[in-house]
Amino acid sequence: MIFKIILFAPLIGAIIAGFGWRVIGDKGAQWVTTGLLFLSALLSWVVFLQGAHQDDPVHILTWIQSGTLDTSWSIRVDRLTTTMLIVVTTVSALVHLYSMGYMAHDENFDDEKESYRPRFFAYLSLFTFAMLMLVTADNLAQMFFGWEGVGLASYLLIGFYFRKPSANAASIKAFVVNRVGDFGFALGIMALFFLTDSIQFDEVFAAAPELAETNLTFLWTEWNAANLIAFLLFVGAMGKSAQLFLHTWLPDAMEGPTPVSALIHAATMVTAGVFLVCRMSPLMEYAPEAMMFVTFLGASTAFFAATVGLVQNDIKRVIAYSTCSQLGYMFVAAGVGVYSVAMFHLLTHAFFKAMLFLGAGSVIHGMHHEQDMRNYGGLRKKMPMTFWAMLIGTLAITGVGIPLTGWIGFAGFASKDAVIESAFVGSQGGYAFWMLVVAALFTSFYSWRLMFLTFWGEPRGDKHTHEHAHESPNVMLIPLGVLAVGAVFAGAIWYGSFFGKTNEVVKFFGGKYGEPTQELVEAVAERSPKASELHYVMESGPGEAAIYIAPENTVLHEAHYVPTWVKLSPFVAMVLGLIVAYWFYIVNPSLPKRLAENQRPLYLFLLNKWYFDEIYDAIFVNPAKKLGGFLWKRGDGNVIDGSINGLAMGIIPFFTRLAGRAQSGYIFTYAFAMVIGIAVLVTWMSFTGGAE
Amino acid sequence: MIGLEHYLTVAAALFVIGIFGLFLNRKNVIILLMSIELMLLAVNINLVAFSSFLGDLVGQVFTLFVLTVAAAEAAIGLAILVCFFRNRGTIAVEDVNVMKG
Repeated sequence: MIFKIILFAPLIGAIIAGFGWRVIGDKGAQWVTTGLLFLSALLSWVVFLQGAHQDDPVHILTWIQSGTLDTSWSIRVDRLTTTMLIVVTTVSALVHLYSMGYMAHDENFDDEKESYRPRFFAYLSLFTFAMLMLVTADNLAQMFFGWEGVGLASYLLIGFYFRKPSANAASIKAFVVNRVGDFGFALGIMALFFLTDSIQFDEVFAAAPELAETNLTFLWTEWNAANLIAFLLFVGAMGKSAQLFLHTWLPDAMEGPTPVSALIHAATMVTAGVFLVCRMSPLMEYAPEAMMFVTFLGASTAFFAATVGLVQNDIKRVIAYSTCSQLGYMFVAAGVGVYSVAMFHLLTHAFFKAMLFLGAGSVIHGMHHEQDMRNYGGLRKKMPMTFWAMLIGTLAITGVGIPLTGWIGFAGFASKDAVIESAFVGSQGGYAFWMLVVAALFTSFYSWRLMFLTFWGEPRGDKHTHEHAHESPNVMLIPLGVLAVGAVFAGAIWYGSFFGKTNEVVKFFGGKYGEPTQELVEAVAERSPKASELHYVMESGPGEAAIYIAPENTVLHEAHYVPTWVKLSPFVAMVLGLIVAYWFYIVNPSLPKRLAENQRPLYLFLLNKWYFDEIYDAIFVNPAKKLGGFLWKRGDGNVIDGSINGLAMGIIPFFTRLAGRAQSGYIFTYAFAMVIGIAVLVTWMSFTGGAE
Repeated sequence: MIGLEHYLTVAAALFVIGIFGLFLNRKNVIILLMSIELMLLAVNINLVAFSSFLGDLVGQVFTLFVLTVAAAEAAIGLAILVCFFRNRGTIAVEDVNVMKG
């Protein structure tokens, strides 16, 4: 029952606000949706702290029954679900509250004539419902429903300012790019159904060891089924989580209102891909090649997005690329097989990234919708609360903490260091590890650059705007405060649960742990002598616990015993980034400009986001437009319209003219025709035997 | 001996003359009416001939009906003709082509 309330409260809120706002009014709609979301969030925390775990899903209704496909709509209750529940409902509830202040006045709409706020809140609640559907799914069809539902809500909210052409373009781009990923996801689901005859998680997971032995013909050659399916599912995750090659929609999605960016494009929806990979962990464990690809792509995304974030000037775009980069971290963690760490970073990231976005929204709100950081400066005194919130967020994302303790520090410190240490083990100190460390340096640099440009220095830009810059109302500051608590403590509190000893983690995720085999202990001791004390491995089979860690997968264990320099590396990178940013933007503010001029090609390369948009325009968009134009002008205009018009205006009139000429108007011609006709008829009848 | 086929031949000849009268004539609408009359009479001859040949009186009765209808038709046709002449001032067939497409 409690799960049904959590799930349906946002939907009810969305329906009431969306359809009933004329009855309950503007304010009523806002309070109803926000209130229901807070209820949902409260209950989510209850079930999370209880550590709810049920072997049987909560049944809601029987959904699809067709042949061997038998799917019901039900809620899977385990640690992954409850973790996502608190993330989604908490951030969503706070964003609802924040939006009351942020959306109070909007220059894009006419307050007197239009009522846009109920629509906004209804969309937000609808999004939350779809996201909850996604995370509570106990089969892939339901997950896909939620997956598409959040895509729809994202589309509606990015294009919320529907009078802005750029917002419309961005929403369409988000939708279309996600289609590419969803196509892979759908293929993966179908392949799973094809091979296992089921899309229930339990049955699919139970069949995972078998899939690893199966081959499947796809396209031109045979593939290992587990690898192929894992890869296809990951393509879906790439689209939703804006990984490299399918990332282009995320920065453009910043056209939406800032609370939307905080909720959908930072904390929740974009992490759905990470959640998917973690949810499918029993399958992923049997797909080593696919996981290598996940690791590789995650690391590349983390690096790529961080480089682009260095030079962006729009405050929201900096944070958007930062999100993209952090998602890469999560995928690396999932890719090397420490799903708990991926979830850990997801959790902490949700707090501090939502806070950074809401903080940025507060700045934008106070600066009359100015988003260019070059026009900020010196806002520390004008917006003290926002400043402190953003500072905490920055400390969290850059990973400030006491090195070598592991967990004493801000949220990002615990989780990001965990990711990097795992990456070191998972990639044997290779590509993924170095990419992440460099990305950590860049993260620190662009985060501090954002802070220094916004809150320090002299006010730049429009003087009038700066004079009227003001702190945001309390309704916007309270969510910042709550998230700040999460951004500070989330890492330290749950460090043990997500990245502790193997037995702790396994227990936290509702599995059973047992003794490792002797060969395994020896193999680990040989690989990394420091990590020789392997006491526990996961004993539960695939699908029995929320995540599955194969006994051979000891990355979680070994990550605690990496060399000291590895443990220090993210901290050093962070400090380095901070120092460089301080030097660039406080000590010597003219330096960045000169550097940009000296290294102009590199600067332009980064400023233009590695020219991804241009390349895609050239390869996909323009040919598609040309093809569309061709089909429109030639195919539709010439062929279809041409043939119909030609028929109606050319051929038929031609024949009617011919027929008209036969109508002489003289009776004798008609009589003649009649006689000839009768003669022919009679002759024909006679020759064919007539009535006989 | 005059047999059935003789009657039928006369009737057919009359009918064909009537047809040719219908569509070879370009001058006078009255000739059209006369041609129609001729064709009706040819049919009548057929009816009477078969009636006599088969010993069935229905054919002759039918002939009387046809004659009646033909008389009515001629009356109406002439009446139309008079109206037509009053309106157009001519009864030449070549001028009657209002229905030309």
